[in-house]
Amino acid sequence: MRHQMTMDREFLLPASRRFILASFIAAVLLEWLPWHGMALVLRPDFVGLLLLYWCTHKPHRVGIGIGWMLGIFVDVADASLFGQHALAYSVLAFGGLALNRRVQMFSLKEQSVHVFVLLLASYGVYALVHWQVRGYVEWSYFLGSLTSALLWAPLTLLIQTLRRPRRNPNEL
Amino acid sequence: MALEDTRTLRFFNRGPSAVARLVFFSVLSLLLLFVDARYQYLESTRQVISIIIYPFQRLTALPGEMWDGANAFISLQSHLVADNEQLHLRHDADSAQLKQMETVLSENAQLRALLEIKQRAEYSVQAAQIVYLERDIFKRKLFVDAGEQNGVQAGRAVVDNSGVVGQVTRTYPYLSEVTLVTDKDNVVPVQVVRTGLRAAVFGSGNISELELRYQPVDVDIQAGDELVTSGMDGTYPPALPIAKVIRVERDPAYPFARIACVPLAGVDRHRTLLIVSGVPTLPPRPAADDAHGTAVPGKKAPRRGTP
Repeated sequence: MRHQMTMDREFLLPASRRFILASFIAAVLLEWLPWHGMALVLRPDFVGLLLLYWCTHKPHRVGIGIGWMLGIFVDVADASLFGQHALAYSVLAFGGLALNRRVQMFSLKEQSVHVFVLLLASYGVYALVHWQVRGYVEWSYFLGSLTSALLWAPLTLLIQTLRRPRRNPNEL
Repeated sequence: MALEDTRTLRFFNRGPSAVARLVFFSVLSLLLLFVDARYQYLESTRQVISIIIYPFQRLTALPGEMWDGANAFISLQSHLVADNEQLHLRHDADSAQLKQMETVLSENAQLRALLEIKQRAEYSVQAAQIVYLERDIFKRKLFVDAGEQNGVQAGRAVVDNSGVVGQVTRTYPYLSEVTLVTDKDNVVPVQVVRTGLRAAVFGSGNISELELRYQPVDVDIQAGDELVTSGMDGTYPPALPIAKVIRVERDPAYPFARIACVPLAGVDRHRTLLIVSGVPTLPPRPAADDAHGTAVPGKKAPRRGTP
């Protein structure tokens, strides 16, 4: 029961617009680091993961529209087709919104499983588009969804720590 | 606590439902995908967005550059002296070879003049730093820090000191996108040094492998053969080393031999690449006769069903 209470309170933590924007910029920068070789295959989808986080935790602020816009930026940076990431992130954001009510009931471990399925769907959309346009799929690409799902719990804990209001040092 | 948090959590209190939004944005994405894959209309939009995100992209390349810089700064003096000595030795050896080559070049020019063969092109190169490597495991691409502002044009060949790296496929104001020769189904016309046989080498999508396709089972190619560009399509200057044959499988059950090559250029070894410019444009290709449609050498995906 106590667990339930803390979880609920975590969901009521405030998040300013500036904080959300800063978190997205940080995620994009992480994604743009010069990943190479095996690290690139295993690179978690930081932007997608963060989008999912805000969609489940602050559905009034971050939704499908923002996911789509992020996707366009990532498309330009990655030199992929216009709309490829945008489509994948729209689907991901929708999944996040649909999960929003349910996720509050689950522990982090159970959340990770749900997140994995959603990320797999989003990766699937991206690969499907690629397959349609260029005619082949690289299966190791899907490994990224697994590492992303594993990152869900640390990411949630990190952001919740950052969101917790600082205590007034003069308080008794 | 903010007011929004105490509201009942419906998907959206105003505006269309989540499903409607998903459908709207999906259709928008698909439309963009279609337009981008079929036409060139969106290139200017891409350029504008790329200028906005350029500073951020440079920012992400910063840690690597700083690491290199720090390494250079703290490298020991004895290392530097040894390095310098080695470079001097190499310089001497190279300049001796260069002298020799000058003689050969002038001789060659004379012979060519005698034979009245059009001059083999000399080309100039422009150095560019790799800003970052491929972002997407589906594609073999990298970005270098010379763009339209530096006079780079799409279609230019990119080399390093050991061989061909790839080709500039898209230019932005300050960056260029280079597609590696190992990109899936990327074609480069080549020539086998030992026999002079002309062929085309195809990217395999794997960074350390190229394939020499459509060669008959009894073709005269051995493991260890070197491949150079033949300069046939005017994109790559002739005689640049590109790959080495590592394996030839001749299975009589198939019409073609399976020939695997390893690219010579090491993208992961250097930060600096050279963009080749000044390759003379070939005279335009005469329009193909409708009666016999000829396969264009540089074309992606060989046409199926042609007799």
